[in-house]
Amino acid sequence: MAALTSNPFSIGEFLGRERQKDLLRFSTAGSVDDGKSTLIGRLLYDTQSVYEDQVRSIQGKGTTAPGQIDFALLTDGLRAEREQGITIDVAYRYFSTARRKFIIADTPGHEQYTRNMATGASTADAAVVLVDAGKGILIQSRRHAYIASLLGVRHLLVAVNKMDLVGYREEVFRAIESEFAPLLRRIAEDTGNPVEMAFIPVSALAGDNVARRSNAMPWYNGPALLEVLESLPASEDRHAAPFRFPVQRVVRPHRSFRGFAGQIASGTVAKGSQIVVLPSGKTAAVTRIVTWDGDLDHATAPLSVTLMLDRELDVSRGDLIAAVDAPPVAARRVQAALVWMDQRPLQRNRRYLVKHTSQTAPARVAALAYRTNVGTLEREVASTLELNEIGLVHLDLLRPMAVDRYADNRATGAFILIDPESNATVAAGMVTATSPLDAADLPAQADPWGRVTAAEREARWGHRGAVVELNGPAEAIDAVERSLFSIGAVPVRLEKDEEAFLLHPGLLPAVAAAHAQAGLLALVTASNEETRLQARAEGRGIATETAEPAHMVAAVHRLLYEAGILISAERAGL
Amino acid sequence: MAVSATVSKSALSLDGAPRRLTHLRLLEAESIHILREVAAEFERPVMLYSVGKDSSVMLRLAQKAFYPGPIPFPLLHVDTGFKFAEMLAFRDAMAREVGAQLLVWRNEAAIAAGANPIALDTRRCCGLLKTQALLDALRHYNFDAAFGGARRDEEKSRAKERIYSFRDSAGQWDPKNQRPELWNLYNARIHPGESIRVFPLSNWTEMDVWQYIHEENIPVVDLYFAKERPMYVRGDALIPTEQGFVALPGEQPENVKCRLRSLGCSPCTGAIRSDAATLPEIIAELIAFRSSERANRIIDHDREGSMEIKKREGYF
Ligand SMILES: Nc1nc2c(ncn2[C@@H]2O[C@H](COP(=O)(O)OP(=O)(O)OP(=O)(O)O)[C@@H](O)[C@H]2O)c(=O)[nH]1
Ligand SMILES: [Mg+2]
Repeated sequence: MAALTSNPFSIGEFLGRERQKDLLRFSTAGSVDDGKSTLIGRLLYDTQSVYEDQVRSIQGKGTTAPGQIDFALLTDGLRAEREQGITIDVAYRYFSTARRKFIIADTPGHEQYTRNMATGASTADAAVVLVDAGKGILIQSRRHAYIASLLGVRHLLVAVNKMDLVGYREEVFRAIESEFAPLLRRIAEDTGNPVEMAFIPVSALAGDNVARRSNAMPWYNGPALLEVLESLPASEDRHAAPFRFPVQRVVRPHRSFRGFAGQIASGTVAKGSQIVVLPSGKTAAVTRIVTWDGDLDHATAPLSVTLMLDRELDVSRGDLIAAVDAPPVAARRVQAALVWMDQRPLQRNRRYLVKHTSQTAPARVAALAYRTNVGTLEREVASTLELNEIGLVHLDLLRPMAVDRYADNRATGAFILIDPESNATVAAGMVTATSPLDAADLPAQADPWGRVTAAEREARWGHRGAVVELNGPAEAIDAVERSLFSIGAVPVRLEKDEEAFLLHPGLLPAVAAAHAQAGLLALVTASNEETRLQARAEGRGIATETAEPAHMVAAVHRLLYEAGILISAERAGL
Repeated sequence: MAVSATVSKSALSLDGAPRRLTHLRLLEAESIHILREVAAEFERPVMLYSVGKDSSVMLRLAQKAFYPGPIPFPLLHVDTGFKFAEMLAFRDAMAREVGAQLLVWRNEAAIAAGANPIALDTRRCCGLLKTQALLDALRHYNFDAAFGGARRDEEKSRAKERIYSFRDSAGQWDPKNQRPELWNLYNARIHPGESIRVFPLSNWTEMDVWQYIHEENIPVVDLYFAKERPMYVRGDALIPTEQGFVALPGEQPENVKCRLRSLGCSPCTGAIRSDAATLPEIIAELIAFRSSERANRIIDHDREGSMEIKKREGYF
């Protein structure tokens, strides 16, 4: 406080400076024990970004020599990490310099936790790739560099670490530089994402060339790591790209207000802008850009706003509002790079859920074009992707989705795959090419004498097999069954209190599952005297009043559609 | 200290052609996106409202996210019975002002049995009055998603949190096996009984929170501002004279100019000596701080990793 009172502090000036600061998000990468966490700890320590009590709490602990702080303990915040001396999951840390604010994702190097590295890199603009000067480039160094590039991280800063252990010798550094630079160029070619690189010799432990330039390596005249981080272009500039706005919610507080809430994924929108809603393709003009702080004339990515349109269009969550002159493609089939992140390997033709912007829809991997061997960068024929493997797939979407190529738009080109049974996030996906709507609409050629496939059943019945639980008054259940039947679906009723089911508790689930497997809609019903109908499917549920049957039935249809069971909104009457 | 307290609204103005958004605007936009996602994807979300500065910011963000509609979920306050009277009055007033439904949950059995941090240790006391109460409340109302105002910069196990933090059917966190969380695509799928804790302020720092409160004129409890308050002084610690404190024989409270840096239960929240009586003064003080905001919290310091242990057990 003394310094502040002697030099009068003006909050206005301080906040003014704060407002001038831009933001850079970066992550770490590299093999286990290469010194990532130590480097981040050192960077925080040398920029006075850690509090005294935090430093006190790690003194005398960790793996380093007596008297030497183990800086990795500043970010390795889990007990298991401290016990094992490795990073298990990403730590997010924050610091700022006079020029810029930083969000750091310190990621694990261990192969088992590669998906956590991908988590950290997915939102990063730059990655600091560590290489242990004594060990050189390892397979994990390559894998991380590849994933970072695939995720569109443009700036790869290679920190050749532990220079103190190799006598700060220039030839060690140059050898790694001349091996890694061409490799990174090949990776960039393979992923199709341009990479800009820098090489810096550092010692994270001693602090050489981390926050400050070091005297230990007079042969190196380049900047310290922090200088490079301060001089990179700020977080990706998203306003240059065409306008994209995934609708998160329809806001309808009263009759006279109907707006669409979302976060601008890219570009700029203005009052009067002509937009198109996808996948329906309907157009309209923006009449208001509403925020709590007042209406805006323009709004730019990544602001969260609410848009109002000049006409009543059927717009709901998951739709994409886009610039009318540069719309994305509504695709039923996309080509995408996948990073597989689950113990259970990828299964072709299995049903997964794609989560893309604000929508979730069923999809299946129709074909695996190749797997990339990150060691050799060769494209290999493969029948599946296992944990941490990377490949290129063709994905069939059961509903059209408005997508861009990931290289063109990081927000509308990215998706995750979810396993609908375990609910695990099983893959990160990046769209590399799209095929327009009609091409994929053609049904796959059926074998004239072969078995009937699930896809053919789906095409005929308009739904896939599923178990749907219905609890409510008998008339309500009848109405739901009737309406499903009338749209061509094949519902089969299984009453919970049927004697056989009561006698054999395992029977009902087994029967229901068998029906679902055969592509039918197994309605597991229990009637009661209430005035509400409860419906559940795929872990989702609704409760709806039965007073207005049309409304109730529509709610159930919507549930089944959103769960990816009913395939076509039109056919479901939505 | 020369301070100019007013900040023109235009400083944070959203308007105008593609101009770089400030750091606070970026954080705000990200948080609003998260709030809306949860409201759209979960059946029964709830917002944990702890009355502190972070909750105040989170509540304002919720108002912004759903404007011009109302906040589409209730607020839940877990009252340990050791909250400052000012906090409770503030809580009720805020809920009325924003027009949100307020639920208050207390572990009445433990409170009646006299649970307090002196008789029990702080860990067991927190376990009963906070963690158990929270888990009971979530189960009672069947909430499937709960917003918390925790920030990653608060503590090093929190730095490991996802924005959507998966909890099993016992409400427990498994930090060694978290779901990958890429881009801003949050996996909201859960089986019945499981739930998600959601942290919309994950990427905010303590400084961001105070600057935002300042720039947005967000009301916060008076306890954050310095004034003369009666305190028991023990070494460096200033212990409030609210309920639940057992004074040593002959110990008398003194009037000390002080404030709270973070709000918790009165027996376990130490105050700090401070002259910062306005928001600009708090921000100025923050720049000069040498210890973290939780350094005055007694609970975090019981032993190494105590926050992680509490979080695994179901605490926020
Ligand atoms: N001599 C020396 N040792 C270092 C240096 N940087 C890190 N180390 C040591 O290397 C070991 C591993 O460091 P970490 O920072 O934990 O490595 P990491 O890359 O974060 O490891 P993971 O996160 O588990 O992948 C520790 O014992 C560090 O003290 C360095 O510059 N010089
Ligand atoms: Mg590490």
